[in-house]
Amino acid sequence: MSEIVVEAAGLTKRFGAFTAVDGIDFVVRPGEAFGFLGPNGAGKSSTMRMIGATSPVSQGHLRVLGRDPATDGAAIRSRLGVVPQENTLDAELSVYENLLIYGRYFDLPRRVINERVAELLDFVELTDRREDRVDPLSGGMKRRLTIARALVNQPDLLLLDEPTTGLDPQARHLVWDRLYRLKQRGVTLVVTTHYMDDAEQLCDRLVVMDQGRIAAEGSPRELIARYVTREVLELRFAAGLQDGVADSVHGLAKRVEDLPDRLLLYTDEADQVVAEIADRGLEPESVVVRRSTLEDVFLRLTGRSLVE
Amino acid sequence: MSAPVLRVLEAHARTYRRTWMGSVVTTFLNPILFLLAMGVGLGALVDRGVGGAALGGFGYLEFLAPGLLAATAMQTAAADSAFPVRARIKWVKTYHAALATPVSARDLVVGHLCWVALRLVLAASVFALVMTAFGATGPAGGALAVLPAVLTGMAFAPPITAIAAGGSSDYGLSSLFRFGIVPLFLFSGTFFPISQLPAPLQPVAVVTPLWHGVELARAAALGSAPAWPPLAHGAYLVAWLLVGAAVAVRVFDRKLVR
Repeated sequence: MSEIVVEAAGLTKRFGAFTAVDGIDFVVRPGEAFGFLGPNGAGKSSTMRMIGATSPVSQGHLRVLGRDPATDGAAIRSRLGVVPQENTLDAELSVYENLLIYGRYFDLPRRVINERVAELLDFVELTDRREDRVDPLSGGMKRRLTIARALVNQPDLLLLDEPTTGLDPQARHLVWDRLYRLKQRGVTLVVTTHYMDDAEQLCDRLVVMDQGRIAAEGSPRELIARYVTREVLELRFAAGLQDGVADSVHGLAKRVEDLPDRLLLYTDEADQVVAEIADRGLEPESVVVRRSTLEDVFLRLTGRSLVE
Repeated sequence: MSAPVLRVLEAHARTYRRTWMGSVVTTFLNPILFLLAMGVGLGALVDRGVGGAALGGFGYLEFLAPGLLAATAMQTAAADSAFPVRARIKWVKTYHAALATPVSARDLVVGHLCWVALRLVLAASVFALVMTAFGATGPAGGALAVLPAVLTGMAFAPPITAIAAGGSSDYGLSSLFRFGIVPLFLFSGTFFPISQLPAPLQPVAVVTPLWHGVELARAAALGSAPAWPPLAHGAYLVAWLLVGAAVAVRVFDRKLVR
């Protein structure tokens, strides 16, 4: 197996006149967890589908597991595990039947599938639902089943498109915990998400995508160091009293963001700034000091306006 | 047949194990009800009238049964290829799941068509048994008529699969039955010879695959001579199958691999 799991250069996807992915470059190395962050419509899913060899590349270079998806799609897909944005389970069939049919698509013998199903259901905590129909399962269970399904061929690369969107916190934690374990076992993961805290914990490296392009690349820690400060000070004022405050705190922080409901001060020395704010006679209703997160990087790079 | 096609076929069979109840009623009960009502009930009146000569010397039940066999095959193929295909692409999206594996869009189409063919063999065989039991044909004629019936269904399955995959309006897909399948069922020589149709409509009936299937099935069951040479009827149906399948593969590719 080549040293690089996914290699993209100038990778482009067009749908008619619309360019969904606009000439991006990245590499994914064996055993790493690689993340695509970005608002809706940034081109994350299109990129995932090209890597998954289910969407032809419009332009540029792409190699997945050392092969060209344009000519070796089936060979690539036989070594991939895919967790799509929608579960695409057959709700009429049982948990077991869903895994069996999917395993058979990889031409695995039934005996091998049965062994793996037992392990996989144990791994995603669905063993006691083996014979149940999929339809009545909760969203979190269906998601876990979809993850189990993606693992049935013991893939070299697992692609997960927003694996936790729409799940409640418990289900979300369970999913991320399982992904973390897969990573520990050496499975290469490529994940898209807009849950920053999850990305921060799981991803060794990530790229922030915006409007089809890569806006930034690095480890979560590097990105925070590069694009935001160590800490963020959030000040809230009583109704109407925030007007003009942004000017009065000028110079106190590296960057000040004046939001409708609060004022954000990006600084490496938050305690010092808090003291100076008091010195300047400002009286915020509440003062919160927090560590900067990827979310701050994300918003910095992709803006605060809603993407529809 | 390639391995992925077989795996798709297998998935169909496994899914069918969960949903076979509904189709058993249509497969077994409908032919009996139709033959009773139209063949025996209505047929008694037809045979008392001018029937005999216009129907090539056969009783109405004998005339009707093979036509109904072919028409039922068309309906089975249409029912299996319209909403189920739409569902696997648009609602449950199991085709999307399959395409993430080594299975290709072409495998999905071919696997689906093979599955429909199996279903047709089963449904047509049951119908032929019922026909024989009613005395509408001899056992040999009934067995011979199965092939043209399956071929009729297979002429319809690919284009309907393509329409179900390509379109997005669910109302439109229902209209296919209302304005396509039902008129064909009634006016393609199943219940009366197309010579009874107004002259301008006769060529329309000739263009549709069902008329060819009805002619072939009737010839097989009754040993009568069809309107065209049997090979010509057969070739016409096979052409619909092949062209339709090629179109369906293209539509699947455009819709699912993009």
